[in-house]
Amino acid sequence: MATVTYDHASRIYPGTERPAVDQLNLHIEDGEFLVLVGPSGCGKSTSLRMLAGLEDVNQGRIMIGDRDVTDVQPKDRDIAMVFQNYALYPHMTVADNMGFALKIAGTPKEEIRKRVEEAAKILDLSQYLDRKPKALSGGQRQRVAMGRAIVRQPQVFLMDEPLSNLDAKLRVQTRTQIASLQRRLGVTTVYVTHDQTEALTMGDRIAVLKDGLLQQVGTPREMYDTPNNVFVAGFIGSPAMNLGTYKIDNGVAQIGETRLPITRDAVAGLTDADNGQITIGFRPESLDIVSAAEPAALAVQVNIVEELGSDAYVYGTLKTGEGEQDVIVRVNPRSAPDKGEFINVAIKPGHEHVFSPSTGARLATI
Amino acid sequence: MQHTLQITAAKPDPALLSLPWDIPLEDWPTEVLAALPRGISRHVVRFVKLGDQVIAVKEIGETVAFSEYELLRQLSRTDVPSVEPVGVITGRKDKNGERLEAVLITRHLAFSLPYRSLFSQNLQPDTATRLIDALTVLMVRLHLIGFYWGDVSLSNTLFRRDAETFAAWLVDAETGQLHPQLSNGQRNYDIELARTNIIGELMDLQAGEFLDEEEDVIEIGNQLLRRYHELWDALHDVETFDAEETWRVATHIEYLNSLGFDIDELEMTTDIDGTTVMIQPKVVDAGHHSRRLMHLTGLDVQENQARRLLNDLESYRAATERQNDEIEFVAHDWLAGVFEPTIRAVPRELRKKLEPAQLFHEILDHRWFIAEQQQRDIPMSEVVESYVDNVLRNRPDEQAILGLLPEEAHLQD
Repeated sequence: MATVTYDHASRIYPGTERPAVDQLNLHIEDGEFLVLVGPSGCGKSTSLRMLAGLEDVNQGRIMIGDRDVTDVQPKDRDIAMVFQNYALYPHMTVADNMGFALKIAGTPKEEIRKRVEEAAKILDLSQYLDRKPKALSGGQRQRVAMGRAIVRQPQVFLMDEPLSNLDAKLRVQTRTQIASLQRRLGVTTVYVTHDQTEALTMGDRIAVLKDGLLQQVGTPREMYDTPNNVFVAGFIGSPAMNLGTYKIDNGVAQIGETRLPITRDAVAGLTDADNGQITIGFRPESLDIVSAAEPAALAVQVNIVEELGSDAYVYGTLKTGEGEQDVIVRVNPRSAPDKGEFINVAIKPGHEHVFSPSTGARLATI
Repeated sequence: MQHTLQITAAKPDPALLSLPWDIPLEDWPTEVLAALPRGISRHVVRFVKLGDQVIAVKEIGETVAFSEYELLRQLSRTDVPSVEPVGVITGRKDKNGERLEAVLITRHLAFSLPYRSLFSQNLQPDTATRLIDALTVLMVRLHLIGFYWGDVSLSNTLFRRDAETFAAWLVDAETGQLHPQLSNGQRNYDIELARTNIIGELMDLQAGEFLDEEEDVIEIGNQLLRRYHELWDALHDVETFDAEETWRVATHIEYLNSLGFDIDELEMTTDIDGTTVMIQPKVVDAGHHSRRLMHLTGLDVQENQARRLLNDLESYRAATERQNDEIEFVAHDWLAGVFEPTIRAVPRELRKKLEPAQLFHEILDHRWFIAEQQQRDIPMSEVVESYVDNVLRNRPDEQAILGLLPEEAHLQD
């Protein structure tokens, strides 16, 4: 078991000016499940491959536990890329399929059997050990592949979009399995995905990257409740947070006809560069349906209602004074409005997120 | 929402539309199938008849399908042997409107041999070693152009006979990435993974009794590591010699040629007083012999077949005492007077068994064999006749060795 530390680690590809990963500082605790997430090209896979030893670290260093592995060859890092290879060998038993890498490494037979049996117990495969893979279901085959990594008892598991290969149903199933398995094993795990739902549901903590820069790292709850900047605010959460930039005057933001007071601390964080404007975000569930007479009411014209059974989402248009803004509102499915109708909504007090338009950074509200 | 089938391909073949895309690949009717693959794959793969050709169809996630298609296209623009991508089909739905997985289509490589069919054929004892050698050359060539494979294995490779050896082709690029240049970490990881996968695959052959239990499969896997490093080092090492020994530049180039590589760029530096010269290949290109044969005769064959044919061309030149003629003219006459008549002498229906260059190679071998036996020079026409009757007729048809016939589905692993 071990911690993982990125210490000002950068990867700069030859012939490019902007680093693919720029001065990454990240400390992952022993046993933690950390998810690297971001849009394509954000540097998440490069960061993982730097830890795996597949990409050179051009500046800074990477530590596994107390050991500086920056210049250590991949095979000597004591890490396992899970799911790298999950083709199962048809003539070999499930036990041999799980333990063959140990056999190659010269591990004694009894030790192999012991580790395979332990892994099989965790993976719920004990009764299949002496069978051939043909007898297994799709999900069980996936677990054998995980077993291959587990028996090696590495210090760190690395997973690079492991579910991208699976169909939608198996993906959700495997997602839950990996997460619960990781908790049981307690092996430090770094997991890469572009899918924020995967990140929110699996990670102990999430690190969001964009353009090679770490935007924020925190628990799923922290990322959702207090995003550090506009990018994280818009990236984490589905449906996404409503974000708009409005005029602010004397501590009051002007959204169309509606005036929204902003806390003094937040206003104090604005600078000349913000040009008298402020970016405000509010999640679809942070809106209440109110009467038109309410001073904070925002009038939204309904374009589409998406019914999800337990919830319904209104996709509508808000007139902001400077134009129109698309907004999403979560409503009670039993009293969902009709297409074309106007509804009046107000941001629940204290549920707004405010950002500086010039830097995108969150403004303190306390 | 209206969903339509979408074909992404450089040259879409309308015949593709006639295939039953609304059925999960696993359940495709036998009449459209050429074969079921025998071997290891994490996805459903089928070989399908399409007009007079065979295509391989793989069901796979849409994103992965497009990225593999793009990678294979990029590889096909290089001269590294890889399967040719045909296209990606998305937007598949079954009759009930349920979404079906996207498919990636590649062209089946004629005369290619999956490693499992080679082992079920009872070939020479050193088959495994020769496959490893072929895979080593492929890996070095891929790494030279910056391709990181990510899942090297015998299953992800196809083999073609190449004189007495094999040539390896990349068939699966699902985990691949193309970089401007690979780091040592990437190369080493790729080789390490190859070693583990190959040993695993050979262990599986042992478990299935296709490979002798006594064979040291770990040693065969280690051999890949050694051979890879030998070849990589030979192609990159700096050689240092005395400034007076400039002939060593030519020797070094000839040495790399003998390994099958051309040097496109060589860096030469001297020390301060100019007494020592250092040379280091900067850009190397595989296929030295096949390029030379192509230039001389227009024949497009594999490296070792080319080597064999070039040797025969040289013997012909000596036998006809034309050492002073331009080699281009001699090559033209050799092609028209030796190579082509030899191949034409093989009955047409038997030519599907081997590629022409491989046929020629085996005929040369056979000539040596019967000449030795009969202690005389045997004319080519007689050699061909003997070869056809005693060897070729008993050989399997290798133009399209795919796997199991669709009706043998119950035998599938």
